[in-house]
Amino acid sequence: MAESITYVRSQFLEPEKAPMSDSSAIGWVRKNLFASWKDSILSLVALAAILYFIPGLLNWLFVSAVWTGADRTACLTVDQGGQLPAGWNGACWAYVGDRFVQFMFGSYPRDELWRPLLVVVMFVGLLIPFLIPKVPRKGLNALLLLIVLPVVAFFLLLGGVFGLRHVETSLWGGLMVTLIISFVGIVVSLPAGILLALGRRSTMPVLKTACVVFIELIRGVPLITVLFMASVLLPLFLEPGNNIDKFLRALIGVSIFASAYMAEVIRGGLQAIPKGQYEAADALGLNYFHKMTFVVLPQAIKLVIPGIVNTFIGMFKDTSLVTIISMYDLLGIVKASFGDSAWITPVTPLTGLIFAGFVFWIFCFGMSRYSAFVERRLDKGHKR
Amino acid sequence: MALADARTGSGEPPKVSLLYNPALRSTVYQVVTIIVIVSAVWYAWNNVVQNLARANMSAGFGFLNSRAGFDVAQSLIAYSSDSTYFRALQVGLINTLVVAAAGIVTATIVGLLVGIGRLSHNWLIARLCTIYVEIFRNIPPLLVIFFWYLGVLALLPSIRTIFQHVKDNPDAIFFISNRGIYMPAPVFGEGFGVVLAAFLIGVVAAIAFTVWANARQRATGIRPPVLWINLGLIVLFPLLVFVVMGSPLSLDYAVPGSFNMNGGMVIGPEFLALYLALSLYTASFIAEIVRAGIRGVSKGQSEASYALGLRPGQATRLVVLPQALRIIIPPLTSQYLNLIKNSSLAVAVGYADLVAVGGTILNQSGKSIEIISIWMLIYVSISLITSLFMNWFNAKMALVER
Amino acid sequence: MAKKIMAALVGAAVLGLGANAAQADTLTDVKAKGFVQCGVNGSNLAGFGAQDSAGNWSGLDIDLCKAVAAAVFGDATKVKYTPLSAKDRFPALQSGEIDILARNTTWSISRDSQLGFDFRAVNYYDGQGFMVKKELGVKSALELSGASVCVQSGTTTELNLADFFRSNNMDFKPVVFEAQDEADAAYNAGRCDVYTTDASGLYSIRLKMANPDDHMVLPEIISKEPLGPAVRQNDSKWFDIVTWSHYAMVAAEEFGITQANVEEMKKSANPDIKRFLGEEADSTIGADLGVPKDWAVQIIKAVGNYGESFERNVGEGSPLKIARGLNGLWTKGGLQYAPPVR
Repeated sequence: MAESITYVRSQFLEPEKAPMSDSSAIGWVRKNLFASWKDSILSLVALAAILYFIPGLLNWLFVSAVWTGADRTACLTVDQGGQLPAGWNGACWAYVGDRFVQFMFGSYPRDELWRPLLVVVMFVGLLIPFLIPKVPRKGLNALLLLIVLPVVAFFLLLGGVFGLRHVETSLWGGLMVTLIISFVGIVVSLPAGILLALGRRSTMPVLKTACVVFIELIRGVPLITVLFMASVLLPLFLEPGNNIDKFLRALIGVSIFASAYMAEVIRGGLQAIPKGQYEAADALGLNYFHKMTFVVLPQAIKLVIPGIVNTFIGMFKDTSLVTIISMYDLLGIVKASFGDSAWITPVTPLTGLIFAGFVFWIFCFGMSRYSAFVERRLDKGHKR
Repeated sequence: MALADARTGSGEPPKVSLLYNPALRSTVYQVVTIIVIVSAVWYAWNNVVQNLARANMSAGFGFLNSRAGFDVAQSLIAYSSDSTYFRALQVGLINTLVVAAAGIVTATIVGLLVGIGRLSHNWLIARLCTIYVEIFRNIPPLLVIFFWYLGVLALLPSIRTIFQHVKDNPDAIFFISNRGIYMPAPVFGEGFGVVLAAFLIGVVAAIAFTVWANARQRATGIRPPVLWINLGLIVLFPLLVFVVMGSPLSLDYAVPGSFNMNGGMVIGPEFLALYLALSLYTASFIAEIVRAGIRGVSKGQSEASYALGLRPGQATRLVVLPQALRIIIPPLTSQYLNLIKNSSLAVAVGYADLVAVGGTILNQSGKSIEIISIWMLIYVSISLITSLFMNWFNAKMALVER
Repeated sequence: MAKKIMAALVGAAVLGLGANAAQADTLTDVKAKGFVQCGVNGSNLAGFGAQDSAGNWSGLDIDLCKAVAAAVFGDATKVKYTPLSAKDRFPALQSGEIDILARNTTWSISRDSQLGFDFRAVNYYDGQGFMVKKELGVKSALELSGASVCVQSGTTTELNLADFFRSNNMDFKPVVFEAQDEADAAYNAGRCDVYTTDASGLYSIRLKMANPDDHMVLPEIISKEPLGPAVRQNDSKWFDIVTWSHYAMVAAEEFGITQANVEEMKKSANPDIKRFLGEEADSTIGADLGVPKDWAVQIIKAVGNYGESFERNVGEGSPLKIARGLNGLWTKGGLQYAPPVR
């Protein structure tokens, strides 16, 4: 077979023209947008879509949008009972502006707003140095942020002590609730997840089985059912006549759920630590507690920081589900405001949802960027 | 060796306090764990019994056989308000499975395209795909559902507008309104079963032919025209039978009634909102998984395939993707599971899924423990079955190393 | 799981967010904690349970809660409200989260017996009705065959709706929502043709519409919906107080005692009124009930008689402008009737 084919070319090809310079703008466009005829078609279609949608979108969001107004008439067209020209369509930011405080704090008494604001200031003040790797005293910072702050915030927000007015949790709402639930979920799920992960890798069959059943059961069901369980069943499980705060029940539900997911992330880290590390710690005569806290866990957690942050992001998004057990987090309160007669217009829901989506997006995108930053930083550590 | 010998010479191992005996400690820990769990369960059980007695409520699953009394908006199996609670739960479960299956298929296709698109050499396409992923990944799925339901689908033309539209264009058969998408429904006449059988035979024949063709290609290096022959087997053959049987299929068109379009087939906005939101949300995660999978295949693989003379499309399809699949499948499985679990958000827009129907029953009958147990049991089962299937698929796809 | 619950319990105790010990009976418990925990409508049902922008509650159900607090403590402000959805309300009462459920809840035999509640007083006689857009040109509920109907899930309304259409051989397309405000929004957006709930609710929802005059409530009332407060079963002392707080308001109207003239009426020569207002020297009515002697006076001072409460919340004095109708006194052709205070 091979004899019939000649692989050797007997004469030179015509030399091709020198390739176009990549550095020129035209060269860049050619290389990146019109490299082949398929690419060209795709680029043109994409370009057409962008030119079709973006101006309309910008127009809807900004140009045609209504920025000021006291009630729904500001965002209604003439035939709907307002003053805007017929056929008008645009965002109704006036409604978001009118409801902004409610979206942030729910029905928290307006004259007590300094309390959540103070908590926010403390939170930001502690969080920023915690996130910047160069700032020293991480241990103290973590203690303040994860232990002291929640306690202070608890008394400050709920009140009833030190002469502060008692503010029931049923008045809490908005972004404040979203942040509190996710922060508590984070603070609880990390240690609980570590314990569950260690339990799952334990050699004791009873402990191991208990942890596996718990983790797999919770991970196998939707958060809604866990929330329903916390909100409907928990009171039945406790002593007759108990009266657990609804907010606390949501916190318990979210924490249980987050712990199970966190446990699996941490377990991934534990599994990635070479056996030699465990054996070396054993050889040094460390007991289990010391082995884990000084040798294994610091390495394992460092390995899975991106996974942990992803779990946080997921948890932050999942807090929106508490709407379904009728609590008013950011999404819940925005949605509840759609039914308010003062602002019923065809564009209200879309405006409100875009606002809520933007807030959620900022937080989640920020977290994912930070996670990417940490990942890059840790990568460097391994290169020598 | 010498060291060990010196050691063993010292006789019995040193006496260790019983407190430090690993076996004993482990037993103690486990016994304590069991005691804690059992007492907690006993405590909870005791309270449940007391609470139920206090509230004069009974426990048990007998209520499932009583009449439901409420209607369900979307049902694929026969259901009326006279059916039992059990039947209502079946309707809910089927609705969950339908939206989850549709969502999984769409999310996989969109995710695959976007994931490949992000790696495209085309700058514009890559950027658009990145924007898509970064937007949808960072927004709660519940918000996406509301976005579709309240922000988009609710703004579609009202049913009155559609009635007017029908008056103006009597030939229209396809309508989009804020009550859903109306389209003609197929009505299967007598003899359609034969067509269906022909189709199944065609599929089986096509599979057999492909297997044979692969074997032949391996033996001779010549690939028979698989695509065309399979197309003929799957499409042409049933079509022929269809014509022979006298076209046993007619269409039932949607026509304006007094309040709604009557007849035809309608896809409600509740389903659409949930389906679109789940697909697009999950697709953004799948895209990332696909991208990571493709990048996980070493560049040498695609370079080697180009060197073998494969075209870029072939190289992706025959060399890169099969290898990438091994990286993709495990995280993909967990995304599928997430999608199934997220379908429970149906309750937010009133799509009658398992949780929504269960919630109504919980409310009408007050059987909270039973309903929540049923939910958990079903979701855990679905999760386990999906994991098992994906694990099997993964094992099949795994590289057989020698 | 069990560990978690234990942890939750400990956490709750530490946080002090509740989790008090088991109580003997609700009255003792309420007296010990110093306020009445009242479960009310969480979706702002004007006239029954609604919160203004300053967070103050008002409505017929709210008045009942205030009346109970006034009877027990002599202070109508000692009430805390738990806003509840239709779905949460029964577990909330069963679990002891609330002491009274005053959330326009229909008294039915299954709720009375199977769910383990007690109903007796009815503070609003209602019935389920339909609301449609006027432009549909529908004049009767019997013309609604084929319509899409917005309804809230988990209510007696949902069951009555199915029964009504079935018994009249009509079909309908249910569009079911978890929360009332979602159903409102869907009806408003044209997702359904008809909105169904208790007639009183329809009037209140109509008010919330962008243009209330575009909508009409159809004449048919398809069900009996006696709305009243519910308490847990087997707690007759508490049940008596809640029930009689309502009857005291009705009795006051029968006697002609109003918020304005209650001090004057104390001096009345009518022995029935004297007994009712705790002015009879050796009366043990209050003590037997487990409340102070002047309980009725406190109720009337706080919320007025039933007629006053009705007019203020749902009647002519309110935007709802609902006629007394079935809710008039029995002497005036209505159903409100207080057993004798004797």
